[in-house]
Amino acid sequence: MTDKFISIEGIAKRYPGRSGATTTIFENLWLSMARGEFACVIGHSGCGKTTVLNILAGLDAPSEGAVIVDGQAISGTSLDRAVIFQSHALLPWRTVLGNVAYAVSSKWRSWDRARVKAHAQTFIDLVGLTGSEHKRPSELSGGMKQRVGIARALSITPKMMLMDEPFSALDALTRGTLQDEVRRICLQTGQTAFMITHDVDEAIYLADKIFLMTNGPGAMLAEVVENPLPKDRGRTDLHRHPLYYALRNHIIDFLVTRSKTFVAERPDHDPRNVPTVQIGKPGLTIASDAKPESPREASWPGLSRPSTSS
Amino acid sequence: MNSSLRLRAAIVSIALLAAFLGIWHLATRSTAPVATMSPEYAKLMGLTATQGKSAMPGPLDVGAKLWEHLKRPFYDNGPNDKGLGIQLAYSIARVGTGYLLAVLVAIPLGFLIGMSPLLSRALDPFIQVLKPISPLAWMPLALYTIKDSSISAIFVIFICSIWPMLLNTVFGVASVRKEWINVARTLEVGTIRRAFTVILPAAAPTILTGMRISIGIAWLVIVAAEMLVGGTGIGYFVWNEWNNLSITNVIIAILLIGIVGMLLDQILARFSRLVTFPE
Repeated sequence: MTDKFISIEGIAKRYPGRSGATTTIFENLWLSMARGEFACVIGHSGCGKTTVLNILAGLDAPSEGAVIVDGQAISGTSLDRAVIFQSHALLPWRTVLGNVAYAVSSKWRSWDRARVKAHAQTFIDLVGLTGSEHKRPSELSGGMKQRVGIARALSITPKMMLMDEPFSALDALTRGTLQDEVRRICLQTGQTAFMITHDVDEAIYLADKIFLMTNGPGAMLAEVVENPLPKDRGRTDLHRHPLYYALRNHIIDFLVTRSKTFVAERPDHDPRNVPTVQIGKPGLTIASDAKPESPREASWPGLSRPSTSS
Repeated sequence: MNSSLRLRAAIVSIALLAAFLGIWHLATRSTAPVATMSPEYAKLMGLTATQGKSAMPGPLDVGAKLWEHLKRPFYDNGPNDKGLGIQLAYSIARVGTGYLLAVLVAIPLGFLIGMSPLLSRALDPFIQVLKPISPLAWMPLALYTIKDSSISAIFVIFICSIWPMLLNTVFGVASVRKEWINVARTLEVGTIRRAFTVILPAAAPTILTGMRISIGIAWLVIVAAEMLVGGTGIGYFVWNEWNNLSITNVIIAILLIGIVGMLLDQILARFSRLVTFPE
């Protein structure tokens, strides 16, 4: 964690509640990411994941603390940080090309029409939408719409991509294909990416680092789990890796039980030095539930429910 | 399937029209008993008394008169005898002027109010009070301050067509989907460009709905306004023909008011379809 491309430093988000009280969604949140890293945030609804992403995007301002990207504190939105929205957020009165070109011409205002169009076309081709340039969003399937969202985000060649559950509204098959595409593109371009997800398998497949957040209000970053799977992991044999289930169980255990009890169980938790969990290296593993050799889990992979009493 | 439905609907429409005209014709036939009277007296009494003719014109009378009007729509025989085309043109010109002025005020103002929660709250009580005022209630005030009946009529059109447009623009602008605004924000699009490239297209269908309501109201109000200010226009024509006891001309005017109102609405509907986007 020497190269801190993104550094979230002690941010908090509070909303004024009823009768003068304030509701704290989260506070004293510290988090950092290296350049080219793919990070996923997992946590239950209401833990402030989306707020963190919006603060990173500049759409929302933290009540306290600061976010530093590439050595500079951010204030407001930036073309360096592209957002892929959960609901794709395409402008329905524009065509596919028009939506991407809108982003391109926003970044390079002096470009003429032909240049904008050619640049936009490159990214439409990249996400595999060649031939659908002149369709309107209403004529596209959910997966195709999200492809346009991805093309739009990539077309401005951002320093990082922020994704708020980008695939949650898609069917499983489309989701898989788009995860492959995003992974390919991110690896190819060395893109730094920050993604919110509810899908544990999605996080394991895509992320280098998985941030686990406890339940809100008063949510905190509990652990940073490093993905032990090789960088060149493939979707088809992912689940055969010896550490896959240990990792998966660790995350699911966290979501099922520890996300509720974490705050009470670990009063000494230091939000500035969040423990890093390295599955498969027992000396450093914090979770005691991970038993990759357990015969019960091996015989019922994916269905096993390890004991929740730790 | 669709075309057959359309055909059947057309047949039913024509049948209804025929039934209506038929009943109208039967109801206005000369059936009343003819009174015997001296020829001098009969001249004074007119056809109603002498031939038992109904005072209400039948469809054939109206048709014949309408044909006469349509043949010479633009004649001008002085203040009380102008062709229907001229009268309608006056009315349309007044509605058009008042309405366009209202568009020029309501849409930019609505944009400002919609984008600013402060203005929205500050102006809300004024709008709420001014909106339900019958436009004709403004007429005396307009006549007193403007001192010109024709411009007063335009003012009345202006004041009655401004509210639906203003309120719809405010609503349309204020309820643009947050995510579209966020797209513009993440792309660092400036306020002016954001207003024209995101908010305007997103709010356009709602704004056009307001404009369509307004043109309808403006056309409703112009007839009443012209009855009051007099001089020219289809509203004045209706009142003048009532004074002439020419029910035939009144019926023709009613028909034409309806047709012009429909055309105005259709024009706005056409514009509305242009800016509507499927989601």
